[in-house]
Amino acid sequence: MSTAAATLRFHRSRTRRFLSDYGQELVVLGAIVLLFIAVGAYNPRFLSNTNINSIFAGNAYIAVAAIGMSMVIISGHIDVSVGSLIGVIATIAGTLAVSGYPIWVAWLVPILVAMAINTVVGALVAYTRIPSIVVTLGMLSILKGGLISATAGAWITDLPADFMIAQVRIFGIPSPVYFMVALTVVAALFMRYTDFGRAIYAVGGNLDAARAAGLNPEQTVVGVFTLHGLFAGIAGLLFATQLQVIQSTVPPNLELTVITASVIGGVSILGGTGTVVGSTLAAILFATIGSALIFLNVSAYWLRAVLGLLILATVLADMARRRRSV
Amino acid sequence: MNATLLRHETVLALLVCLALASLAFLSERFFTPENLLNQGRLMSEVGLVALAMTFVIITGGIDLSVGSMLGLSAILLGVFWHNVGLPLPAAIVLALVCGTLAGLVNGAIITRFRVPPLIATLATLALYRGLAEGISQARSVRGYPEWFFFFGQGEMLGVPFQLWVLALATIVCAVILGLTPFGRAAYAIGANETAARFSGIRVDATKLWIYAGAGLLSAIAAVIFVSRVTTTRSDMGTGLELDVITGVVLGGTSIFGGRGTIIGTALGLILIQALKNGLALSGVKGDGTIVVIGIVLITAILVSAIIDRSRGG
Repeated sequence: MSTAAATLRFHRSRTRRFLSDYGQELVVLGAIVLLFIAVGAYNPRFLSNTNINSIFAGNAYIAVAAIGMSMVIISGHIDVSVGSLIGVIATIAGTLAVSGYPIWVAWLVPILVAMAINTVVGALVAYTRIPSIVVTLGMLSILKGGLISATAGAWITDLPADFMIAQVRIFGIPSPVYFMVALTVVAALFMRYTDFGRAIYAVGGNLDAARAAGLNPEQTVVGVFTLHGLFAGIAGLLFATQLQVIQSTVPPNLELTVITASVIGGVSILGGTGTVVGSTLAAILFATIGSALIFLNVSAYWLRAVLGLLILATVLADMARRRRSV
Repeated sequence: MNATLLRHETVLALLVCLALASLAFLSERFFTPENLLNQGRLMSEVGLVALAMTFVIITGGIDLSVGSMLGLSAILLGVFWHNVGLPLPAAIVLALVCGTLAGLVNGAIITRFRVPPLIATLATLALYRGLAEGISQARSVRGYPEWFFFFGQGEMLGVPFQLWVLALATIVCAVILGLTPFGRAAYAIGANETAARFSGIRVDATKLWIYAGAGLLSAIAAVIFVSRVTTTRSDMGTGLELDVITGVVLGGTSIFGGRGTIIGTALGLILIQALKNGLALSGVKGDGTIVVIGIVLITAILVSAIIDRSRGG
């Protein structure tokens, strides 16, 4: 009798633990499912293969970028320049591809450039102790202005067919979906089970405690930004190859969408907690909301207001939860 | 403390003189009254918002939503007048009220719910811009009456109207920050918020007023902006926060709070505007100047961080 009760209590506490650890992720997942059911009932074309493919594949690059952003935010920092970086990476990749370089060069070099740029940002943030918002705000204008000056707004066309990695389909599913799922799983395992992944949480949770425990916070922060560059580079490549042309602009406020994905996915903006699974789910949620607005005949111009409300609600809930747990 | 503050501004003033002199030397079109007054006209909108941002940053906060508050106020001005059919003066007043309310909401989120200013205003940056886009459906409003263009294009005693507004606002802000208990409270909060709270300073009320002020000045800038370009668009003021923060930080206000002056901000703004104008006159296009502003921002903070450290701060 008492053993049974104990077992029951054990199970219940495990369930509660799971719920409190992954609460935000479950809420987001539930919202996606609900949205698909509700909008699908209103307009069955919402559930067509074409639409579902465009929701997932067309926005996978945002989810990929949000993985790196989540790591940055978990480490206690932020990057508002990632949108411009994705634009720069796409243009570099496209330019290399049309200039006749081997395809692997056109794929690899931009990713390395993204990692190099963000390593510099990370070093500035870690060693000069300038807040990351200021460094990346400066970087945002350097990258954005530099990109428009360099391309003069021209589009890159006539891209070689085998460069288009985002247009490959395996078993009928577009490759960006595989990238999104695989990178999310790898990053989630990396964050949970490697020393470096745990160090990111430690540095974001309590810098002084992390240092006292023998970690090197500066190196961790630089490493986080380099990794963030890797994911931003891959995101840039997916973005560059999903259409037949590369425009010299990215969707306006792309960085905001990426940051919002991380935050709504459960990454606490104060650092130290959150998972990359949550940010990927949140990126899918946005894409679903954006698509749902169209199918519900609501003007797409309201999308950003909806995102703003979502991020505000999530942040307020996060603050309320923290205050209760203190 | 006072001596070091003065030193930053002296260095900055010398830099401004140097920049003006070299620009005058490089281009005969620069040091003409028309060009200088025109530059002042272009500087006013950023300048007004930068005055408020100086207070915000001195308290250790930041406001990324100023550009969106400008855009939202501009759209509301157009909507109240054109779509609702209110008389234009009433629409202007209502737009100013809404801008102030937007700032007040920022302040409330920051003080009531203890959300870090960076995140709170990042969220409202999206929210206010989204409201501007949603309300206007990305349609512009034109056809304002002739008298309205005085705010953005008119002159008083040969000087652009908005420069008078900017000058007046600068003096008022300098007095408030430098000479009143409210200004001293702002410094105290930025230097050590907990200590300020324990010394009986009304921390939350002070911050609330300051964020509301940022909303009001963004809305005033919006009215001048609309009057200057004769049309209202939902993307007005996009990226304004970068120019504003760069000016304030270049002016010697510490991004960590507790230090800074209005004179410094004014000098920082003049330096940036001179830089922009000089680059434009020497043939660099608008996007090239954004790059320079980004580099100037990072360098300015880097240098002041190094100076801080060598001083043992």
